[in-house]
Amino acid sequence: MIELLEQYGRLLLVGHYPNGPLGGLAMTILTSLLCLAICFPIATLLALARTHGNKTLARFYTGYIYFVRSMPLLMLIFWIYYFLPYVLPFSLSPFVTIVLAITIFSSAYLAEVIRAAIEALPKGQYDAASALGFRYWQTTFLIVLPQALTNCIPGLVSQFILIIKETSLGYIITFNELTYVAHELNKILLVKPVEIFTILAISYFVLCSGLSQLGGQLERRIARGRLSNDSDQ
Amino acid sequence: MTVTNEDPILQIKDVHCKFGNFEALKGINAQLEKNEVVVVCGPSGSGKSTLIRTLNRLESISAGQILFEGRDIYEKGMSVETLRTKIGMVFQSFNLFPHLSARDNVALGLIRVLHRPKKEAEQTASELLASVGLGDELHKKPMELSGGQQQRVSICRAVALEPTVMLFDEPTSALDPEMVGEVLSLMKTLAGRGMTMLCVTHEMGFAKEVADSIWFMADGQMVDRAPVSDFFSGDISDRAKSFLKAIH
Amino acid sequence: MTLDYSAILEDRYFDYLVSGAITTFSLALAAWVAAIILGLLIAAVRNIDFLPTRWFCIVFVDYHRSVPLLVQLFVWYFALPELLPQAFTQSINRGNPEVFFAWVSLTLYSASYMSEDIRSGLRAIPPGQFEAARTIGMNYAKMMRWVIFPQAWRLSLPPLVNQALILFKGTSLASAIGVAELSYQARSIETQTFRAFEAFSLVTLIYMVGTIMIMFFGDRLVARYALKRG
Ligand SMILES: Nc1ncnc2c1ncn2[C@@H]1O[C@H](COP(=O)(O)OP(=O)(O)OP(=O)(O)O)[C@@H](O)[C@H]1O
Ligand SMILES: [Mg+2]
Repeated sequence: MIELLEQYGRLLLVGHYPNGPLGGLAMTILTSLLCLAICFPIATLLALARTHGNKTLARFYTGYIYFVRSMPLLMLIFWIYYFLPYVLPFSLSPFVTIVLAITIFSSAYLAEVIRAAIEALPKGQYDAASALGFRYWQTTFLIVLPQALTNCIPGLVSQFILIIKETSLGYIITFNELTYVAHELNKILLVKPVEIFTILAISYFVLCSGLSQLGGQLERRIARGRLSNDSDQ
Repeated sequence: MTVTNEDPILQIKDVHCKFGNFEALKGINAQLEKNEVVVVCGPSGSGKSTLIRTLNRLESISAGQILFEGRDIYEKGMSVETLRTKIGMVFQSFNLFPHLSARDNVALGLIRVLHRPKKEAEQTASELLASVGLGDELHKKPMELSGGQQQRVSICRAVALEPTVMLFDEPTSALDPEMVGEVLSLMKTLAGRGMTMLCVTHEMGFAKEVADSIWFMADGQMVDRAPVSDFFSGDISDRAKSFLKAIH
Repeated sequence: MTLDYSAILEDRYFDYLVSGAITTFSLALAAWVAAIILGLLIAAVRNIDFLPTRWFCIVFVDYHRSVPLLVQLFVWYFALPELLPQAFTQSINRGNPEVFFAWVSLTLYSASYMSEDIRSGLRAIPPGQFEAARTIGMNYAKMMRWVIFPQAWRLSLPPLVNQALILFKGTSLASAIGVAELSYQARSIETQTFRAFEAFSLVTLIYMVGTIMIMFFGDRLVARYALKRG
């Protein structure tokens, strides 16, 4: 296994970079960060659509959540990757496909997290804001979102973990991320499946389990902060 | 070992109870006679709950002895489950089983612990609940009942097993004021039927009217044990006096 | 583009869809049932005060929650047969190894999540419930059977329904190791007929019927059994 890592560790880590395209673990992490960065503002807007009080917006939100919850991510990837080329003059690269599919999905899940955080804010916060004569957007951006989004940070970490795991579906459309690279390596070497897939699983395990420890710590810290705030009041 | 009518039902002899290094009971001596109604009072943290919880072994004691009907409750061959069916307990927060209807809460112990036939147990439970004015609420879940109703159900749950003694731990202090009366009057009825009762409560009106004696605790110690008349006529320790003043 | 469902609803492709749907639904159901049993078991063992078993459970659960399901499938399908005794592998290979390993992976994956759901269900029961059960003379077994368990499963019901949903959708990944379930058949039909829209829309629709059924009956179950507490 050590030998394998010495020989192919670099490939698994960064693909053929810098002599060729980036791949492997680095690709997995960068893609995941990109997806998270895109879906965070979208999810925030979606959550606001739900909490705003407008019926049409709320209905749109519910429809979107149900749509995402009712379909496997894999089918969405199929639609984007295999169906769109039939109707578009160009086809989407595996990278764009994965980012698009994961963003559509994760926005919905993250929106639910943010919505819950917004709804968990004490009503007094709104009363205080209206006592100051704030308008909706002022209340939202100065009072509600700063608090709700802070409370969401652990949820953001969990979402990041989910996204990292979902990028492994890139394998199916030959997207050059960690799972695909490992699988290709297995096809070339043929005789080392145990080692390769153990390394693959351990990489994800260390990455995601580490992140979730971090998320847990953040959650405890935020909970403590909230407690001390409460006792201040 | 024979139990005569004159034997106290509960004898508490130099009982100590520790939580880690903290001694919550520091050598309690007391006894409860058959048909006696005792009210236990004292400041918060004085060990009232701890004391009554040692009696059915919800807390274990670190030293001393507790005799129930003359037998050591830690004696070999004394099953803790049997002991608990003979000592009913009512909690401040009711602790009804939320997944069961009022009737099934009362019938559960009869069926699963005393192994009564299901039909008969349900019949008993229904009659018992009807007798405390809950005949229309048999099939409601605890959360659909008011606090006072819940506490009456929980009293029935304990009474159904036909215990020898009933322990109450502040049964009315979680209730809205307008519901205190219905629970106290049920407890009064029980006392009137000759039930032996040990009640932690700060309802001094109830104490005056129903209790035979009062135990006053402070700092894990039994400071006063007096017949009701003595207690309220002022024949008590200064600590108890200032406590009485404070709660009025 | 003209839509033509008749092309893919002719005998052969219709059979693809039907057998794909049967595989998806039965794989999900079999894994769900096994996962609940295993999840209960893990939750119970996890609570035993014995360090080695506790750590085993912690790592087991953490592994299945941290590693992508797809990778878990690969580990079972490509790596583990090399480690298992040959006789065992052969007997699996005589059946349908893809389906077998997909079932194993999905079960372990789901059971790990469920065991945590069950544990938080248990933790959500107030200590007063344990005491009240003790006070009416119940021993440990009776208390668990008649008071604690009935509440724990009601409290765990919403996350367990959600888990059923995730599991059902997760079966789609089994196509990566060659299980001929719905998404696999969607691709087969598409590559053979070039009718992507028809193939994908039908399969998506079947998935939606499945997920909506799970959500609908799940909500009914939750509404009927979930605990109300003040
Ligand atoms: N499980 C426990 N662990 C540690 N300390 C405990 C525990 N239970 C009670 N104590 C401590 O023992 C002391 C006596 O508690 P107890 O509940 O018996 O008081 P109490 O007289 O019933 O008070 P209250 O009127 O507030 O109910 C308190 O100081 C309490 O903090
Ligand atoms: Mg108390």
